[in-house]
Formats: sequence, structure tokens, C-alpha cells
Amino acid sequence: MRVKGIGIVFLGKLADLAGAGALVVDGPLDWPGLLARLPEPLAEAAQDPRNRVAVNGALLADKAALQAAAGDEIALLPPVSGG
Amino acid sequence: MRDIRLLDQIFIPGSLIGPFTQANPGLGGVCTFVGEVRADDGVEALELTHYAPLTLPGMHQLADSAFARFDLMGLLMVHRIGMMRPGEPIVCVSAAALHRRDAIDAVDFCMDHLKSAAWFWKREKRADGWRWIEPRVQDHRDLARW
Repeated sequence: MRVKGIGIVFLGKLADLAGAGALVVDGPLDWPGLLARLPEPLAEAAQDPRNRVAVNGALLADKAALQAAAGDEIALLPPVSGG
Repeated sequence: MRDIRLLDQIFIPGSLIGPFTQANPGLGGVCTFVGEVRADDGVEALELTHYAPLTLPGMHQLADSAFARFDLMGLLMVHRIGMMRPGEPIVCVSAAALHRRDAIDAVDFCMDHLKSAAWFWKREKRADGWRWIEPRVQDHRDLARW
């Protein structure tokens, strides 16, 4: 049986940093677990307070509270571009 | 009348504004802003990416705020995503109201929030390649007006 993983989506320049728009990892995942799965530059970017994290479209007020399970989608969101 | 959309193809603002105005009979004023991709030095293309779970829901929340804040009859808010060339329309906001001030201010309010707080990431292409556009101080000042 195929186990569905957790999708991690990278937006804006974080997609360039990742070399891809998304990757799939096995769950469950908490914040230290996510950082451990990300390549170093992305783990660093994820911890940057300017970059936000959403799980299934809901922004996390506190990234450290992240909890994700199989089938969930985590998004790493850099600041939006201005005018 | 409320019409909030993301479009991934070129659009003709007039084709939206006409029907929008017609859909708000009895209005006292309609104010429309159309933003186009600027032909800044050497810019060949602009690409807008979005994140579906946040971007359109965020635009709906912005529309809710505009309806709560201004006395509006209708609001049209259309934003492009994808690849665009200079001169192409990128955003169109139109507000219909009984009185002009509400229509004008609602459009200004929506535009400041769309530019500084909506979930869009932009990159532009010049001869030397693609470059991401960073947030500007001016955008935060624009937001602080409200």
C-alpha cells in the first residue's frame, strides 16, 4: 500500500532555493522534524521570521507549534512582492 | 454585486467594467482603477505566482473589509496571475456606490492592500534573466494609511 506523504510547497524565491516548487516527505512532522528534512539553506529560510508557514492554507502564528500528518500540505511563504 | 477573481489569461478591463456597472442599477458613482505592467527599463516580462489556499480567500477577506468599511453597492476585484508582458492589465478594481467618496476610497483601500498584503510573488525578466521583486518600504507606508 502506498503511504501518502506531506507535501511541502515553496513560494516565490524559496522555490528557486529549493530547486523545485514542492517536495513530499513522510509524516508525521513537527517543527524540528521539518527543519531536519529541509536542505540547509531552506531550513535557514524557514526560521527567518519574515518567512511565514501555513498548514493546509492556515497561517501559523507560532511556527514551533507546527504539526502535520500524511495528506497535509505545508507552505513556506516569503514576504509578498510590492508594487 | 460582488465579483472577485483570479485570471490566468489576458483580460480586457472594459469587458468587465461595463457589465459590473450594469449590475448595480441606481448607483451614484463608479470608480475604477486598472493597473498595467510597467515598461520599466528593459523589463520583458512579469510573472506572478500565487498560493491557491491563501490568495483568493485573502482577496475575499479584503472585499469583506471594504464592504464593512465603505458604503458600497458593488465591488469588482480582478487580479492576473501567470506570465504578462508590459502594457498588459494586471489588476482591475471597480467600486459602485451611492456616493463618490465611498467608491473612490474603496478602490484606493483595495489597491493598497492588494499591492502590499495580498499573496502574490512577482519576478521580472530582463536580458540578464529573472529577478524576484522584494517588498518596498513604500508598500508598508501605503498600508499604514488605513
